[in-house]
Amino acid sequence: MNMVPLSHYLALSVILFVLGAAGFIFRRNIITVFMCIELMLNAVNLAFIAFSRFLGNLDGQIFVFFVIVVAAAEAAVGLAIIIALHRNRASLNIEDVDSMKM
Amino acid sequence: MVLPPLAGAALNGILGRRFSQSVVSLVGCGGAGLSMVFALLSAWVYSQSASQPAPFIHSYFTWIQAGELHADYALYYDRLTLIMTLTVTVVAFLIHLYSRGYMEHEGGYYRFFTYLNLFLFMMLTLVTASSYPLMFVGWEGVGLCSYLLIGFYFKKKSASDAGKKAFIVTRIGDAGFTVGVALLFWTFHSLDFQTVFTRVAGLPQGGFESVLTAIGLLLFLGAAGKSAQLPLYVWLPDAMEGPTPVSALIHAATMVTAGVYLVARSSIIFAHAPSALAVVGVIGCLTAFFAGTIALTQNDLKRMLAYSTISQLGYMFLGCGAGVFAAGIFHLMTHAFFKSLLFLAAGSVMHAMGGELDMRKMGGLRHKLKTTHATFLIATIAISGVPLVGAGFFSKDEILAGAYEGPLGRPLLYWLGTLTAGLTAFYMFRGLAMTFYGKSRVEPETAHHLHESSYKMTIPLMVLAFFSVVAGWVSWPKVWPFNGSEAFDRYLDPVFGPATAALRDMSPEHVGGLSPEALMGFSIIAAGIGVGVALWWYLKSTDIPEQLAERYADVYRILTHKYYVDEFYNWLIVHPLRVVSEKFLWHVVDQGSIDNLMVNGAGESTSSAGGILRQIQSGNIPSYAAWVLLGAVLWLLYIFATR
Repeated sequence: MNMVPLSHYLALSVILFVLGAAGFIFRRNIITVFMCIELMLNAVNLAFIAFSRFLGNLDGQIFVFFVIVVAAAEAAVGLAIIIALHRNRASLNIEDVDSMKM
Repeated sequence: MVLPPLAGAALNGILGRRFSQSVVSLVGCGGAGLSMVFALLSAWVYSQSASQPAPFIHSYFTWIQAGELHADYALYYDRLTLIMTLTVTVVAFLIHLYSRGYMEHEGGYYRFFTYLNLFLFMMLTLVTASSYPLMFVGWEGVGLCSYLLIGFYFKKKSASDAGKKAFIVTRIGDAGFTVGVALLFWTFHSLDFQTVFTRVAGLPQGGFESVLTAIGLLLFLGAAGKSAQLPLYVWLPDAMEGPTPVSALIHAATMVTAGVYLVARSSIIFAHAPSALAVVGVIGCLTAFFAGTIALTQNDLKRMLAYSTISQLGYMFLGCGAGVFAAGIFHLMTHAFFKSLLFLAAGSVMHAMGGELDMRKMGGLRHKLKTTHATFLIATIAISGVPLVGAGFFSKDEILAGAYEGPLGRPLLYWLGTLTAGLTAFYMFRGLAMTFYGKSRVEPETAHHLHESSYKMTIPLMVLAFFSVVAGWVSWPKVWPFNGSEAFDRYLDPVFGPATAALRDMSPEHVGGLSPEALMGFSIIAAGIGVGVALWWYLKSTDIPEQLAERYADVYRILTHKYYVDEFYNWLIVHPLRVVSEKFLWHVVDQGSIDNLMVNGAGESTSSAGGILRQIQSGNIPSYAAWVLLGAVLWLLYIFATR
């Protein structure tokens, strides 16, 4: 059985990451932005797993577990924040959220 | 012996605010009293011990250890220390007692006792120190307490100014002291009294003379600052702004004599540098005369006493400078008693008069202030050198005799000293007459409140009066008709013997001339004339002084303005300093460079940089993300580029 080479995984990872980053910067809907973050995290996870398999050790997989845990926690908190924001402002446009500006 | 005042100061300083007056005074006086008891005990133990007259040295702990420099916190106890500690503690204890009454109605009761105890601790450190650095600690400590106590009424501008003046002027002297000590260390590689003194004593005739002369002059500069000698005396009269017990304790009896103690303690160094010692004598003599003439025309009771103190300190230096150190110390001791008595009695007058110090508004007080009058009279007799009953007679006469026939004595010093003795008698009796005798010139309202002070104040006065009489009797002069043995001198011989012997070797030829009896006779005559003229002018024909003042208006004006020395210093030092400070240091350095360039410059550059950078903080989250991404990309590029 032919192994899929490492470079393919990395290419996919880069594509996913760039998509996530571009979406993060250019999309206006907070939920979409949020999903883009997840996309970037998972792109990184993919790179970790690929390297782990390629190098034959478990370090990358352990990192992935950590990333998943953090992502889960972040999703819970982030979604809660988004709901609170929506209740207060009746808007999910990211450009409306700029009260931190001096 | 040293510690009780420190404990008292700490206790009163930390908790005094919450104590009642009686507790504060108990702690304060207790500290001083315990210290006196210990001083007496150690004097007794030392006198009984087999080791005396050699100094008793006990090291408690190592204080500084740096390279060659080694200074212990150690006690140096010999006969000179014994006399100093006894004088200091006895006078201090009595003044503490007196202050209980004097400060009763003044604010800051606990603060006063804290400073007073701290002062006593520092003074005892000074006189019991076993090395120059430790002595310097006490030296600066008493300076600090003096500053605090002069500026005690810190809400009064003149008082806080006087405190600053005292601190700054003595600083000039202290600089000399420090440099002298450094030079001493450089020459002898030690600052321990015993080591230094043995090494100096072991020097051959004239060895290291130039260095020792420099050291001696520098040490004397320090002494002149502390003991208010020419040209650094200007702070002492202003120091009278402090409460009167302070004037008595610090500026008459103890602190100002520290300079004399320094010179006496270093006698062996001065003995090997006779030219420095001669300077000490000449300056002392000039100061005595100079301050004596100023005192002639002072109308402020305390200021007159201040100038008289300067004059008497001049006598002590004259004694030391002529090579009769024991006479200087003897005068120090008697002076401590009668001058603190004078100040305390003046304080009692002031108390009765509601703070009035102008002698022109006194007169005839003897009917109301009986005890004060009696004690003031005794002290005046003592300072004027009336034979037999005045302690000052014995000590001053010894100095004058020394000034004539001592190893470094000069007839001119003697004549000037004798003249000053006459002046002293005159101005002291003038003060006495103006204050206590004659018609009352007291303003009616004040006269109504006139009252004798409470027993708290009069008992110390009486005790001091007792000492003022008997302190002189410890050492009867050898001359006819007393045929005494000069016991005091012989007692201090182990301390000063080497120095005196070295001086005698150096100048074996002796100026003969007048016999000791004649010398004493002249000083008695001078004192007698002074007393007589004063009483005649100020009691009998009271218009003579005014006529004289009119006829010699110029002289009178110069004297009342204290030779314009303050004005001269203002013109010479203070004014240029102020101009330089204002025009250059303030406008150019401080405002120009520091304020504008550095302080404001730092602020402005930060805020303008912030103005530019704040554009980045748009509050737009995607833009933040873009910056992060940009940074990450740049970082990666950097990594790849530097591979």
